[in-house]
Amino acid sequence: MTDQSTTTAPGAAPSQLPPSVSVRGLRASYGRIEVLHGVDLEVPAGSVFALLGPNGAGKSTLLKVMSGRMRATAGDVMIGDTPVGKTPAEKLARQGVCAVPEGRGIFPNLTVRENLRIWTYRGGISMKDVEEHTYETFPVLKERRRQLAGTMSGGEQQMLAISRALVTNPRVLYLDELSMGLAPLIVAELYELVGTLSRRGMTIVLVEQFVTTALAVADHAAIMVHGRIEQQGAPADMAEAALSVYLA
Amino acid sequence: MSNFLQFTVFGIMLGAGYAIAATGLVVTYTTSGVFNFAQGAVGMIAAFGYWELVSDHHQPTLVALLIVLILGASIAGAFVERVLMRRLHGASAERPVMVTLGLMVILTGMATVIWSPTVQRSVNPQINGQFRLVGINIQNQYVLIIGVAVAVAIGLRVLFHSTRTGYALRAVVDDPELLAMSGVSPNRMSQYGWMLGFFMAALSGVLLAPTQTTGISIESFTLLVVSGYAAAIVGRLKNIPVTFAAAIAIGLAENYVLNYIEPHLSSQLQTDVTSALPMVFLFIALVTLPSVRLRAVGRLTSMRAPRVASGKESLIASGVFLVIAVVVGFAFANDNVKGTTLLTLGGMVMCLAIVGLSLVLLTGYSGQVSLCQFSFMGIGAFVMGKVAGGGSVLGLLAAIVICAGLGALVALPTIRLSDLYLALATFAFADAVANGFFADGRIYGSGGLQIGRIVLPGLSFGSDTAEFLLVTVFFVLAALMVLAIRRSLFGRRLVAVNDSPAAYATVGLDIGFTKVAVFAIAAGMAGLAGALYGTVQGIVGTTDFDIFPGIIFVLFVTIWSIRTVSGAFMAALTYVVLNQLWPSSIGIFAGIGIILIGRAANGILGIESFHIRLPWTKGGGGVALAEPSPAFSGVAPGGEGSRAAG
Repeated sequence: MTDQSTTTAPGAAPSQLPPSVSVRGLRASYGRIEVLHGVDLEVPAGSVFALLGPNGAGKSTLLKVMSGRMRATAGDVMIGDTPVGKTPAEKLARQGVCAVPEGRGIFPNLTVRENLRIWTYRGGISMKDVEEHTYETFPVLKERRRQLAGTMSGGEQQMLAISRALVTNPRVLYLDELSMGLAPLIVAELYELVGTLSRRGMTIVLVEQFVTTALAVADHAAIMVHGRIEQQGAPADMAEAALSVYLA
Repeated sequence: MSNFLQFTVFGIMLGAGYAIAATGLVVTYTTSGVFNFAQGAVGMIAAFGYWELVSDHHQPTLVALLIVLILGASIAGAFVERVLMRRLHGASAERPVMVTLGLMVILTGMATVIWSPTVQRSVNPQINGQFRLVGINIQNQYVLIIGVAVAVAIGLRVLFHSTRTGYALRAVVDDPELLAMSGVSPNRMSQYGWMLGFFMAALSGVLLAPTQTTGISIESFTLLVVSGYAAAIVGRLKNIPVTFAAAIAIGLAENYVLNYIEPHLSSQLQTDVTSALPMVFLFIALVTLPSVRLRAVGRLTSMRAPRVASGKESLIASGVFLVIAVVVGFAFANDNVKGTTLLTLGGMVMCLAIVGLSLVLLTGYSGQVSLCQFSFMGIGAFVMGKVAGGGSVLGLLAAIVICAGLGALVALPTIRLSDLYLALATFAFADAVANGFFADGRIYGSGGLQIGRIVLPGLSFGSDTAEFLLVTVFFVLAALMVLAIRRSLFGRRLVAVNDSPAAYATVGLDIGFTKVAVFAIAAGMAGLAGALYGTVQGIVGTTDFDIFPGIIFVLFVTIWSIRTVSGAFMAALTYVVLNQLWPSSIGIFAGIGIILIGRAANGILGIESFHIRLPWTKGGGGVALAEPSPAFSGVAPGGEGSRAAG
């Protein structure tokens, strides 16, 4: 996989077609405790893939491995035809993979503007474009631009976090628990943006506990339980299956 | 008036030197989250290296500066980050503190080996000459230091607040993983931070060296930056302009006190005040800091703590230990090592092991770092020698009570802050007590303080064997007490306050009381150890309880295991043996040891291959504990699942 061109203006469609993402026989452990027991996934190019499952299923761990933040003990992750299981997070980011982690993916001790400046670190995007596009999508962030990001509300922090995906035009986007701790209106607004990003042409994997929210924007879905993929298929088929897993 | 101006200019210059060192500390802390206790030692090595190049090898000033600052300090900073600090990700909170302390004692140990402390070394100014302004003489060197400090402060401000690299440097401590996901290597940013920190430490060293009228000395130069620590604390380890202003204020205050107040004091008090000033500033800085937020639950920990021996196991182990001590006491009654009887050395081991036990209680269980246990030892020895003519049980009791009270006083101002500040406060206290109290000729007397052996009605401890067995009994009792505390409700509170202060507070328990109480108990134990140490040696002197031996001992306890009784004993044994064989290199051994042990939270005794299976331990346990195994832990250290006795 070659480095993605980062000269695309924020908000424009990525300059290359989005790749598919596949996970093959992936295993991962915390010390001696294995939490992923051979996960297989196929995320078609340009689709939105919802990864569902109850607490402790291993969803976030899977996303950590896929985004280079954790090393798998076996198996691999492929982006297109390129194995990236051993590629560090910073290199993946430079190759056009954007991961918004669980919690708030922001630097709390930097101001909003300084956070945005970090997004431009790898070059190719002007700060002017970044600010323009971010503030256009989330006007509230313009008002907060000199404020420490950690002092904003949860929703505003999540807006700032997702603005990274907005301005860096990744080819692959991983979103972990985007709705965590947020009011329904804010969640709806953020998921509307996920739909917009998808239409722009990127492969999106989103991890969610809230089934209906995720399935509403997804093209494909899978249910994960106890470190294994229990079932995968079309969103319409997953809603009932997910319910049974959650109630089990 | 001209005197005032002269003092002011010198004070600003001194403060500017502190400011460079202090901003270096802030840079390292901001970019790595580690407070570098070796900052002063790096400055000291740079000053000596610069002296070596200019005075001994006659290199031009610019060449020497280039070699020391760029080739030496900056590359050393990158090396330290890569080899020492990067390995510590995920280690327990006190471990980076220990590693930088280890680095400090390695550097001071190396300097002692390379540059004999008995030789006086004066460093020539980088810019010679002086000029006259408003009626006072101002040396060009002063202007250079002030100018460099201002340039450094402005440069860093611009770097951190106006450049992408600066933002990334600040962001790396906030969330290194997120920084990586933004396409920036967090390791590289940390490395830049350490390079900058070392560069500034070296810069302050080479600039301040020519201002030392009595020449540069290893220990005093290493500790010169304690005032810099105070400035960095005032700037809350992140605000460079405030740090800079505080450093200048401290430089001025120091110089005014030295020139306006000290001349009115007796010559002995003058020395005490000079030595205690940096500590006073540091204490004031710590007291004025706002309270820290309580750390919440859910830390990721890579270790499990040792299982605590049951009461029965402890008693059996104590009995076996005492039997061995009796055999040793009679078998080696007449043996000597380098002029000291083996049993005197054995007695010293037992006394130091009691100090080690105080660290097990304080750091191992409750997670508070203390670097002043040797100070309490020294105070205990002093009290023992002065109360009831020395060698009395009353002296022992007084030593315990007074040290416990002092311990509570030291802990009180810092309990509301994070553990790093307690480590700093104890560092400052140890420095002040060593240089402002023990160094005072009236405390121990010019020939040292004589302390007689304990006399009890009907019992004589005059022989070495009897004295050895007496201190062994005290060690065993102290060990039993520490283990009993750990098994008690108070012990569980200690572990809980270490594990999650926030959770501890939310169930209505008083964090302050618990922290002060355990600090007082540990100080009392160290006081007892000091009193006994005095009776074993028969005499104590000014250097017995210096800051560096105290730090080296803490490192040995950490190396063996700061969470077990056996770790405390092994550390004491190691310290006494190495101090007998290679006294000038003991710091280097301790420093290398702590670096090698790395992030292994339970030290050497936590490594599985070192386990010794004891027949009476439950479940086939050993003297140490189960191997470190990364796991999410909301469970208190010492929870179920580990397999060994302390």
